[in-house]
Amino acid sequence: MGPIIEVKNLQKHFGSIKAVDGISFSVKKGEVFAFLGPNGAGKSTTIKMLTTMLKATAGELRIAGHNPSIDPNGARSNFGIVFQDPSLDDELTAKENLLFHGALYDIKKGLLNERMEKLLKVVELWDRKNDLVKQFSGGMKRRLEIARGLLHHPKILFLDEPTIGLDPQTRHHIWNHILELNKSEGITIFFTTHYMEEAEHVADRVAVIDHGRIITIGTTKELLKRTKKKDLESAFIALTGKGIREEEGSFIQNMRLRRRVMRR
Amino acid sequence: MIGSLGQPLLFLLALGFGFGPIFQKAGGGDYLQFLTPGIISMGILFTSTFTGIEVIWDKQFGFLKETLVAPVSRFAIMFGRTLGGATIAMAQGGIILLLSMIFGFRPMSILMMLPAILVMGLVAIIFTALGTAMASRMEDMHGFQLIVNFLIMPIFFMSGALFPLEGLPSAVITITKLNPLAYGVDALRFFLIGTSHFGILLDLSVLMILSFVFMALGSYLFSKMEA
Repeated sequence: MGPIIEVKNLQKHFGSIKAVDGISFSVKKGEVFAFLGPNGAGKSTTIKMLTTMLKATAGELRIAGHNPSIDPNGARSNFGIVFQDPSLDDELTAKENLLFHGALYDIKKGLLNERMEKLLKVVELWDRKNDLVKQFSGGMKRRLEIARGLLHHPKILFLDEPTIGLDPQTRHHIWNHILELNKSEGITIFFTTHYMEEAEHVADRVAVIDHGRIITIGTTKELLKRTKKKDLESAFIALTGKGIREEEGSFIQNMRLRRRVMRR
Repeated sequence: MIGSLGQPLLFLLALGFGFGPIFQKAGGGDYLQFLTPGIISMGILFTSTFTGIEVIWDKQFGFLKETLVAPVSRFAIMFGRTLGGATIAMAQGGIILLLSMIFGFRPMSILMMLPAILVMGLVAIIFTALGTAMASRMEDMHGFQLIVNFLIMPIFFMSGALFPLEGLPSAVITITKLNPLAYGVDALRFFLIGTSHFGILLDLSVLMILSFVFMALGSYLFSKMEA
């Protein structure tokens, strides 16, 4: 069987800026794959292309055999995603959010109820299923989003910085759930993170991307050997340099900031 | 909801009672009667355009993203969103209508309020779709103020919502004839107080054709949207 995610010479240009500049990699079924890079390296742009949110400028893409630009719905029904920014409906209960997801993915009612109970128990939100999402903490929302992302039994789960802003306990907890599902269901996990020890701990393979290109790809051990470092964080800095990346003060960044302030 | 009712009500009360006596002296009749359909249109215009423009925010931080990666057609998402927005705008228009009755507005017949509600629905669909179309082409909220000042406000003021179109300079008349909201205001006046400038058949035809055109345009641009 071929790889479940296949990317060949993928490019995305925004005007003259090459956000993703010809990357190639593949992910095997059941693998836990970490996609690392400094701010503005092209991580999110790549995930957006993989998940049909952005159209590639050039290159080839396959998600479970489907080409997202030709058959977006074929690709969409094969992955689940947890976005960097929450995308739950705060005015609905946990259960209603999942019911809506079930309707979007056309899951039969009996099956939906069965999976819903199982997943909500896995992420330990079964007791809270009838509570409004706006009463949930950040960690609870993340757990609910993971449950939602898995509801249609996807082959791949994309996680875009799934543990950002969470305390170590919650992070630990969430990763346990994800890895359990990876083992029991064979779901392929593709995630981005800024926490190097997290990637070192859970990922089978790691890709490091910078300036829209993949610098290196391999297991953590291989990366440490190549860079002659003791941990992934030093290896990462050795690979991408010490300079702090100035991300443009984009609209999204500003809004994200403002939203956090407003929540306080 | 309450917040978005405040502005139309302020306009209704300040203008309605402020200009009422002058309007009466000029032989225009009861200004509150004349003004209420205009203010209802105003409420719908603002609410529905903003619902459309909210796509910019919603595709990054909201629930919309969840639907964009789901295996459903973009048209269905846009259609559902527009009908949802139109429902809210219609409800709001209905509430303004009821409140205006407390302040002395008298519709010519209760029965005719039903087609009036339908007209509100058409106006709401047109402007929700227009807002969505614009939002699909916008990267961020920077253009938002521009749209409000140079599109929404002119559409409102040049719709005949506040003043009768009879006897205006021909340049102004031409502008109002190109303004979708003018036909909505006019149709509402027909069903609520029994007067019409363009004629109800023309009003309804324009509104229905524009609903289709803007829905088509909105869903085309929405389907091309990249998040």
